[in-house]
Amino acid sequence: MLNLPLYMAQRITALLMAPLVVGHLAVMIYAIQGGLDSAEILGRTQGSLVWFLFYGTFVIAVSIHGAIGLRSVAHEWSGLKGTLLELFMWLVGLALFLLGARAVWAVTYA
Amino acid sequence: MCGSCAMMVNGVPRWTCRTHMSKVLVNNAVMIEPLRNLPVIKDLVVDMDPFFDKWVAAEGVHHGALSREDPIASIDTSSDSRTQANAGIECINCSVCYSACDTVTANEDYLGPAALQRAWTLLNDVKDEGRKTILDAVSGSGGCHNCHSMGSCTVYCPNELDPMSAIAGLKRETAKRFFARRK
Amino acid sequence: MKAPARSHPLWFAYMLHRVSGVTLALFLPLHFWILSLAMTEPLRLDGFLLLTEAGAIKLAEFGLVFLLAVHLFGGLRLMAMEWLPWSASQKTLAAGATALSLLIAGLFLLRAI
Repeated sequence: MLNLPLYMAQRITALLMAPLVVGHLAVMIYAIQGGLDSAEILGRTQGSLVWFLFYGTFVIAVSIHGAIGLRSVAHEWSGLKGTLLELFMWLVGLALFLLGARAVWAVTYA
Repeated sequence: MCGSCAMMVNGVPRWTCRTHMSKVLVNNAVMIEPLRNLPVIKDLVVDMDPFFDKWVAAEGVHHGALSREDPIASIDTSSDSRTQANAGIECINCSVCYSACDTVTANEDYLGPAALQRAWTLLNDVKDEGRKTILDAVSGSGGCHNCHSMGSCTVYCPNELDPMSAIAGLKRETAKRFFARRK
Repeated sequence: MKAPARSHPLWFAYMLHRVSGVTLALFLPLHFWILSLAMTEPLRLDGFLLLTEAGAIKLAEFGLVFLLAVHLFGGLRLMAMEWLPWSASQKTLAAGATALSLLIAGLFLLRAI
């Protein structure tokens, strides 16, 4: 159920996220050494424009990418189609974006 | 090869005229069923209409501009585009790839590997004038972008063709056009 | 109808890519919600982070990192096949992508324990 615009959005956000995922994996592997606590995380991210932009971009990209991906799965594995399929995709995208944006805010400027 | 004998043998789409019983017997038994993904008319006979309808919908028809008055078009047989086209023209429309594909099963709009491969061969045919028409046809909701590259089409094609790569080519060309428009 | 034969490498790559994508998509809301606790209930966040010391959680994290790496490298393989003009041996690339993912996830686990 993918047409050219959806496919392009999917692929472009994928390419955008490639370096972001690598960065996220690197930070993770570094951060978990010696245990993990909120002070360590927030010490790094709080008030930081760089981390706000990094994870903010990540959230926008993953909301688009995940929504389109789940759209394909929903259509192929549950037969959802037409308006309901569109609605499903938009709801997934919106949910991921809202939850993600909230999380980014929580660790940067909240 | 005509492809009329294509059917599911132990769950695998094959040409039964090229299948040795000795190679497919399991505990001295073999299971044969009509081709997957097509409506069954009776017993092992399937209705090939949806397959051919999608062939046409993918613009798998020659878009010629020359008439009998024009000289014969000269083709560079060693060119990259001719090599790409040649890789797919031996398709005999047997529907084995169409039956092997899980995306065809799950997505009723999906044009399928055979139709899309034909569109790709025409796209690479310098005699074909329908470039825009073809690219539009394969960019709709049933188009090449639904392919998940699981590769069953290429694995099971009895003619050893490679529809998966043809579809990847279509994705590449449609993406190029998308970026070109943006400029 | 007997299930069609799907036991070929690229089909597994497709299924792994799909399963990893869906799992990550389902995990994300939980991940986002826990992180948001930094703003609303920071003590609860620390509670959750303490849980990550547990062996079972570390195993789950290894699984998630593996799925993330698999999805990334599998995706890059797909994009190379679709958008780059060269044709590479698909099966080798698929195997390579999975191996690299295991390596990265393994690195994560080793650092974590």
